[in-house]
Amino acid sequence: MHIHRLEKIWLIIGIAMLVVFLVAIGFSAFAMGNHPPGHSSAIKLDPEKVYETPPFDNPGLERIGENEYNAYIVAYVYGYNPGNIEIPVGATVHFYVTSADVVHGFNIPGTIVNMMAVPGEVNEMTYTFEEPAEYLLLCNEYCGIGHEYMATTITVKG
Amino acid sequence: MISVHKTTDSKLSLAHILVAYAALTIGGICGMLQGMVRGGVIELPYGIGYYQLLTAHGVLMALIFTTFFIIGFLYAGMVRTTGPLLPTVNKIAWVGFLMMTVGTVLGVIMVLLNKATVLYTFYAPMKASPWFYVALVLIVVGSWCALVAIMSQFRYWKRTHKGKLSPLFAFMAASTMILWFIATLGVAATVLLQFIPWSFGWVETINVMISRTLFWYFGHPLVYFWLLPTYMVWYVILPKIIGGKIFSDSMARLSFVLFLIFSIPVGLHHQLMEPGISPTWKYIQVVLTFLVVIPSLMTAFAMFATFESFGRSKGAKGLFGWIRKLPYGDVRFLAPFVGMLLFIPAGAGGIINASNQMNAVVHNTLWVTGHFHLTVATTVALTFFGVTYWLVPHLTGRKFTKSLNRMGIWVTITWAIGMVLMSGAMHIVGLFGAPRRTAYTTYNDHTLALEWLTYERVMAISGAILFIAIILLVISLIMMFRAPKGEEEFPIGEVSELAGATPAVLDKWWIWLIILAVLIVFAYTMPVIDLINSGPGSKGWVTW
Repeated sequence: MHIHRLEKIWLIIGIAMLVVFLVAIGFSAFAMGNHPPGHSSAIKLDPEKVYETPPFDNPGLERIGENEYNAYIVAYVYGYNPGNIEIPVGATVHFYVTSADVVHGFNIPGTIVNMMAVPGEVNEMTYTFEEPAEYLLLCNEYCGIGHEYMATTITVKG
Repeated sequence: MISVHKTTDSKLSLAHILVAYAALTIGGICGMLQGMVRGGVIELPYGIGYYQLLTAHGVLMALIFTTFFIIGFLYAGMVRTTGPLLPTVNKIAWVGFLMMTVGTVLGVIMVLLNKATVLYTFYAPMKASPWFYVALVLIVVGSWCALVAIMSQFRYWKRTHKGKLSPLFAFMAASTMILWFIATLGVAATVLLQFIPWSFGWVETINVMISRTLFWYFGHPLVYFWLLPTYMVWYVILPKIIGGKIFSDSMARLSFVLFLIFSIPVGLHHQLMEPGISPTWKYIQVVLTFLVVIPSLMTAFAMFATFESFGRSKGAKGLFGWIRKLPYGDVRFLAPFVGMLLFIPAGAGGIINASNQMNAVVHNTLWVTGHFHLTVATTVALTFFGVTYWLVPHLTGRKFTKSLNRMGIWVTITWAIGMVLMSGAMHIVGLFGAPRRTAYTTYNDHTLALEWLTYERVMAISGAILFIAIILLVISLIMMFRAPKGEEEFPIGEVSELAGATPAVLDKWWIWLIILAVLIVFAYTMPVIDLINSGPGSKGWVTW
């Protein structure tokens, strides 16, 4: 098949850049552990029995180390249980999130915490809050008539 | 040239295009109102819900305008390149048109009755009226009639022209419909096997993650179903309009084959932030997603090669002299060309969206809305607008007049300004975290959310600008039906003498379809097995 000489050069440069790029995000994911949230081996639960299933039978913060916490949070129409979370500055938080009804979002603008809360599944993500501030935690997946009110705060105290 | 107007084939194409523009007009009114609400400029009267408008806007624009326009355009091009539709093909096509139209009307009624405020993605476990899902089935099955029609016409041509290379337009039309068929298998599966039994109450629960995975198996190639006809205009029609030649027939066909293969086994990149799917399979599909860069680079090269060759044939000097030789005053060229230029930032944004971990920064923010308002609502829409200005006169047996051209240029300018402003504001405020698909809110006057308001006002203003463009488009359509009688050509480019012969292997579909099937099975088997083995499903919720 005839390919113009300039097109060959154009495609070779393009493909080479693509390879470098894909290796970079692959390296970041598998060698540095920067995976997107959630994985297939996580806990499955009955969406009808969220509040009877550990760890969501006791939603909230669990201290697991020097300034390190697990946060078990249930998203529901139209809020988060628990809301108004307070943590000290520098805290590393492992978020475990599920939904008690429809699909919700779990986004803290200004951070990379952004994941889906899906009924029957547990999503997880870790973040270290280095700056004291009142962070907004909001739902960024349409969940019903009150979707725009679904938010709470995470206060990081200095 | 054979006159096509007043034949049942031309009425067929015209019927599709008119439904498409009716959808665009109603969807545009919804879009403008949404922008005003989100920007805090107005509140909706008569108990109309913001999310009801948003559902109507998404369904009418993304599904109805595009599908009807594309199918109408493909029929017209098939007639132009393979001759009048066979009588049975024409009948199947009309049956498909009727099913799609009935489905559209039924779906819109359900949305207006507030029985299906689930947005165009209809994510479970939100449960709409079962008739909304029946409407979707009618639209999809109707579009499969178009697949049967176009493939039958294509095969008939091949049978009667043994050993000849198929016309480039017909080859591309067939690729587009094959892509559509393979993609819609996913949405058909989730609607028929999951949503309909569940919404009628025959089963109690639904597997949410499987339904999302089947939706996005469809949702990503859906965007290539919009893009391939756009590329057809660029590859086959623009060279003729500017007076140049198609740069390479073989590279054009190869790019379409690659688009078909690399646009389907990649839907997981829309689900990067979701639980239940292993990061390894997410990454594998990210890699497959990015292979689409290769045919995209080929398309970009072919376009600029065509333009440069044409400019030089007109005596352009220097490295960039050819840029000044292009016919910017002709809307048939200008509208698709502006779409092409804006596809450069649009594509760059798409690379960010699909970049595995980087997706966390933009997922479900207004950035994403900004992204597809640049791709489908600018690049694809402007290309289709440019086509409309010559296609409707071609079908009705009237002239594309100077005043129509002037209107078209105004539409192009207004649309481009509106979209650049709106999409620009959406991209920026999305990076700050403003969520998509959300009515007016300040989150209890949170300082961060208050900072978003300025950008949301810009979105409202640009919505109004875009609505002006739609009014100009509707006026143009009326003018087209009143233009002086005459013949308007369906422009089909010729391949440059410098291009080599096209290898016959490119016309052998079974090879490409086997490769595609292997890739789909590879990319989806393990993730789907993981998701089927999840716990109990969800009951339905009506939260609106």
